[in-house]
Formats: sequence, C-alpha cells, structure tokens
Amino acid sequence: MMVVNKETIAQLAKDNRRLDNRSLTTFRQPIKIETDLSWTAEGSARVQIGETVVMAGVKLSIEKPYNDTPDEGGITVNAELTAMSSSEYEPGPPGMKSIELARVTDRGIREAKAIDMKQLCIEPGEKAWFITVDIITINDAGNLFDASGLAVLAALKSARFPVVDEATGAIDYKHKTDVPLPLTKEPLPITVYKINGALLVDPLYEEEEAYEARLTVASDADGTLSALQKGGAVPLTIAEISAMIDLAVEKAAFLREELNKALD
Amino acid sequence: MTYTKRLDGRKIEELRPMEAKAGVIPNANGSASFKIGKTWALAAVYGPREIYPKFLANPKKGIIRCHYSMMPFSGSGERIRPGKSRRSQEISMVMEKALEPVIDLYDFPNSAVDIFVELPQTDAGTRCAAISAAAIALADAGIPMTDMVSAVAVGQVDGTVVADLSYGEESYPAVVSDIPVAMLHNSKEISLLQMDGEISKEDLISSLELAKVATEKVYELQVKALKERFVKDNNHKNNHPEDN
Repeated sequence: MMVVNKETIAQLAKDNRRLDNRSLTTFRQPIKIETDLSWTAEGSARVQIGETVVMAGVKLSIEKPYNDTPDEGGITVNAELTAMSSSEYEPGPPGMKSIELARVTDRGIREAKAIDMKQLCIEPGEKAWFITVDIITINDAGNLFDASGLAVLAALKSARFPVVDEATGAIDYKHKTDVPLPLTKEPLPITVYKINGALLVDPLYEEEEAYEARLTVASDADGTLSALQKGGAVPLTIAEISAMIDLAVEKAAFLREELNKALD
Repeated sequence: MTYTKRLDGRKIEELRPMEAKAGVIPNANGSASFKIGKTWALAAVYGPREIYPKFLANPKKGIIRCHYSMMPFSGSGERIRPGKSRRSQEISMVMEKALEPVIDLYDFPNSAVDIFVELPQTDAGTRCAAISAAAIALADAGIPMTDMVSAVAVGQVDGTVVADLSYGEESYPAVVSDIPVAMLHNSKEISLLQMDGEISKEDLISSLELAKVATEKVYELQVKALKERFVKDNNHKNNHPEDN
C-alpha cells in the first residue's frame, strides 16, 4: 500500500484532482458484479470496484415472528472486515467500522421497505422467513460502503427460496425453488466524501484516511431516500448536504444500471 | 466390496475438477484461490511482519499463524455464526503444522507470517483445500520454502480406497474412513494426517500410497497457478500515479 500524507490528498482535492487522476465524481474501473457464486448460499454476489472486492451471501431461515410484528419476517445485515482483506484488520469480534458498515447497509434496505416483510410470513405469530445477509470483505482498497451496498442488493436479487418439506416443515437447503425474494425496490447507498471543500465519490483507501466529512445516502430508483449516515468530525452546511444528495442519487442510478446490465 | 462405482462417476484415483489462481488479493503479500469440486478456499498471506501481541516474538525465529474461517453462508445447511469455533481453531492449528515444515522460520526472527483462509462455499475437503491454497499464497508472497505442500483427502468407502472423497462419500451408509493428507512434494513426507471412521492398517497404507498420486495432481496445478501469475506480472501495467 502506498503511503501518502493527508495534506497531499487535501491539496489535490482543492484543485479537483486525485491520486489516480480520476475526476472527483468518476468511479474506478473495473466495476464487476457477479452472482450465484456460492452454492451453499440462497443468494450470493461478488462486487469489484477498482481493486476493492467484497462478497455478500444470503441465508434464509424460518423463525417465530417478533411479538410486535406477528405477520412479518425480517432481515439482518452483518459485515465482517476480514483480516484477509487488509493489513489494517485483525481477526476477532467486529469493531466499530464493521458495525457501522453493517448497520448503514441494513437501514438502506430495511427503511426503503425494499423487502415486503408480510410476504415473508408463513403462519402469523408462528412462522416467517428471516433473511440474513453477510458481507465479507476480500480486498479493501477503499469505498466498502458502496461496494457492500451493491453486493447486498445483487445477492438479494439473485436469492431463491430453498425447498421446504411439506410434512416436517424442515428446510432442504440443498435444493432451491425458483421463487425470488419479495424485493419491491432497489435502494443503493452512495457515500460522498468532503475533502478540503471538494466533494468526491468512490474514495481510494488513502482518501478515506484524509476525509473531513462523509455522507452515505441510500436512494431508490425514483430518487426517494431511505437512509442517511453522516460521518467524520467536520460539520456540513445544508447547501453541501443538498449537493451531496444530488451526487449520491446520480451515482446510485449509475450503479443500478451496472447491476441490471450484469444480471441480464 | 460393494462400492465399485463412485457416486459421481469418478475413477478411484480421480479428483474433483480443480481450479487455482495466484495473486487474487492485491492488499496481501501473497494470495490464492483454490477450488476443488464445490469447495472453494481463498488464502491471503501477510508478512513477514511485526508480531502483535509483542510477547509472542522470538528473537531467534519467526512464527506462522493460520486462521481458517468458513464464511457464514458457506455451509450446506443453516447459516454459520461468524467467529471462532472449536472446529475452526483445530483446523487452523493443524494447518500451521502442515505448512511449517517447508518454511525456514529462522529466516524471519521476531516476525510473523499470517495466513488467512476464507471459504465462500464448501462441500468436502475444506482443510485440504485451505492448505493447498495457503501453500500457493506463501509461494506467491515470496516466503522462502524448501518444498511445496499439497493436500487432498483419501479414504476408504465400503472397502474401496478412493481419492478426494465427496460429501456423499463421506456420509455413505457403510464403513467409511476420511483421511485428509498433506504431502511434501520432494520428500513425500506427510505433514497433515487425520482420520475419521474405520479402516484396516493395510487399507490405510494403500490410502497413503494413493495420496502420493493424488497430491501430485494438486501440486501440478499449484505450480501452474504460480507460473501463470509470474507471466501476468511481467506484463502488468501498473496504474499507480507514482509510476507515471
């Protein structure tokens, strides 16, 4: 990993320049999205943006619904920043960074009501499908937020329910039906970074070390926002937030198009 | 002897289809992807690097540490909880013992070489796939090695000695033994040996003889992956701005 000081990155950003000569609002290439990579998962995806690679896998289980939503299933997103993916990470329980990544990705899907939870119900108060999505980082070269959001959506789109034995009610994980998840929307998170007054997307790892503020914006195809998360120690003006949202919605549409191309 | 035809139609000594690639994780000093049948291991090597916690450092020789981990969605049943299990810790330990004999630890005193293995999907033979992937990654990282380590399971299914048992064979309703073996290529010494099931001594010895042939196939693929990596590196156009 190259060592670049924050001042260099800040100075470049001020001049609308970046370490790898991209414009501030251009994503790295290649952008690769592959699905159905893991036969043991009900849905899976691998996303590559530049040198950043993440995988996501969907597992389904049948559980008792929560008392306050007896006719709904549920979804949980977890993230593991593996020690395999960067010398910065160590094996062990999840740290703050992986918890934030998981929760922000989770909210983007959950709050958009992207999954019709009622359709996951099998028997009100007794049985419903619960979805667990695990994000596993393979190589962290920056922008895990966007790569993970894309991988989770791709994995959800590729997921198929497993066969359930009519007599026993047990899940036969070795056989899948052709029924997809009740996915009604396609929210994608984009994180916009503020470095020395400039707004940029798809940061390199080095740029992530140098940012002042960031805003993750999950938005649906029609531009509806479903989750926000501000990070960093520097505050933002309303005008900046407005510009960041516009940029995020535009880039989400770009990645959604990449996703639909890849899944065609 | 009733097991004459293998469940998936393979010959006695035939392995499942394999794929291997070196240099798949840019951040790591060395890395590899190794697939055998529906079992898939990714390995990354970091180091030699400083040891944390520091009290583990040895001024005479380095240490190698393996971390074996199944991704939560990689089991054929329910989701696996992330984090260490008794099984993953034991496999990590036997992996270290399988790889250590070919590494000269005196080459990197006070340092650690960390080997991380993650499995996106599994069927049978995960520890052998993990070791084979890790050995490619170690070579890719340029860690001095005196020999190559190649691993595959052998065993006996209802009286027939076979190579690379499938999940169906491991759970075949008869007397079965599953014997993961790691072999050093030049010396033909064995650095991983475990066994589950029942077997006669004669069948065990012929299984180990079969392991020589079977691990040779893995070895050929490991070398091929490393050669392909080397060719690719020569043509690699580096996009980092400091080179422009």
